[in-house]
Amino acid sequence: MSTQTAPDESFENAHVLDPAASTASQEEISTEISDAHAAYRQQVLAGAKEETQPRVDFAPYRSSLLRHPTKDLHHTDPETIELHSPAFGQRDVHILESDLTIQHNGEPIGERIVVAGRVLDGDGRPVAGQLIEIWQANAAGRYVHKRDQHPAPIDPNFTGVGRAITGPNGEYSFTTIKPAPYPWKNHHNAWRPAHIHFSLFGTDFTQRMITQMYFPGDPLFALDPIYQAITDQKARDRLVATYDHSITSHEWATGYNWDIVLTGSNRTWMEDEEGEN
Amino acid sequence: MAQAPELKLVPTPGQTIGPFYGYALPFEKGGELVNQAHPAAVRLHGVVYDGNGEVIPDSMLEIWQADEHGNVASADGSLVRDGYTFTGWGRVPVDNVGHYTFTTVNPGPTEEGKAPFIMLTVFARGLLNRLFTRIYLPEDTEALANDPLLTSLPEDRRKTLIATREADGSLRFDIRLQGEDETVFLSYPRES
Repeated sequence: MSTQTAPDESFENAHVLDPAASTASQEEISTEISDAHAAYRQQVLAGAKEETQPRVDFAPYRSSLLRHPTKDLHHTDPETIELHSPAFGQRDVHILESDLTIQHNGEPIGERIVVAGRVLDGDGRPVAGQLIEIWQANAAGRYVHKRDQHPAPIDPNFTGVGRAITGPNGEYSFTTIKPAPYPWKNHHNAWRPAHIHFSLFGTDFTQRMITQMYFPGDPLFALDPIYQAITDQKARDRLVATYDHSITSHEWATGYNWDIVLTGSNRTWMEDEEGEN
Repeated sequence: MAQAPELKLVPTPGQTIGPFYGYALPFEKGGELVNQAHPAAVRLHGVVYDGNGEVIPDSMLEIWQADEHGNVASADGSLVRDGYTFTGWGRVPVDNVGHYTFTTVNPGPTEEGKAPFIMLTVFARGLLNRLFTRIYLPEDTEALANDPLLTSLPEDRRKTLIATREADGSLRFDIRLQGEDETVFLSYPRES
């Protein structure tokens, strides 16, 4: 990408950030988070439905302030194109693209891990033959992206991008390096918990999603306004992988399991309904 | 329409795309659903704005649409873009002034009399979950007047979903995440 001059969360453009973003203390951000969560728990006690997705309006994540719709999403019944999804296959993705440790001449630095699991839809059906993409920081908490100016070393043997096509049971497996936490500019002394970005497709394009997978026991969870924008603890837990010794391999890599559930397909039940008419 | 059946599993939460997707997700010719030399090629373009009317320079968009005859594509190969296969899907990062361009075709109606539209998904740093919307073509005013979604919206919001046809045939569609003329964003059955 070309050199960017726009405001962002990296270090090179710190001068153009919303001043509120860089001056708040962690204590102020943490108080805002716990107030929002306390209010949410009261709502649930009063009978409100439990939330399963992040709020798009979550002020502790300062960049969300001007970037969320203020009007409710408009509910609509999906029509033709929305009941289908683009197709991807072995033409699109080479099988070796799921191993992020073999993309250069040498071995990347860091803790080699395997992240494996299944992609399912809301009915529990495997999402087979679909594209799954990941990207991440290296073992020092640095992205290859030009806008990342965090003064941690770039690893010449690690790009941090992987792709795969899910198997017949929705299964996927990536071999990579465990990413490190890194600082960002949301507030003073802000650090993101270690995470891997995941991009997913379903059988209907309405199931399209992008999310982040976290590692168990990260001490930064409570401090992070992006993770905590999900107000419900059970929902937050769904983004945390499980250490799985059956995925760990002898003298090679430790293993994590993470299953992903997309929203429900509408094509199947709507077609069934049509068939009955 | 009947009630959508309950989900068996709870969907995984989304998260923001963040600032550093630029070296990972965009790919060569990602915005070219057809080659610019295709006889039916149309430029679809616009700008993504925030609640202050400032451009958003770190947003990524995807479109998914039928071909010019209203057929839904089922061919793979989007990521390799062989120049011959219409896969119906495209992905572009906006540029550093928030502007995006796809090269595509006007989608045909998927059923006779239906208003054709392009499905659009918006991702951005600062946007905690993806947003869905539709880009309708401006021409078939009768179909637009009968469209179930458009007719369910108040007049002033309906226009945020209808592209403008420019003099050279391009489609112009701006996206406003917040504020005056905020784009209508959609939810569908079975999201939770």
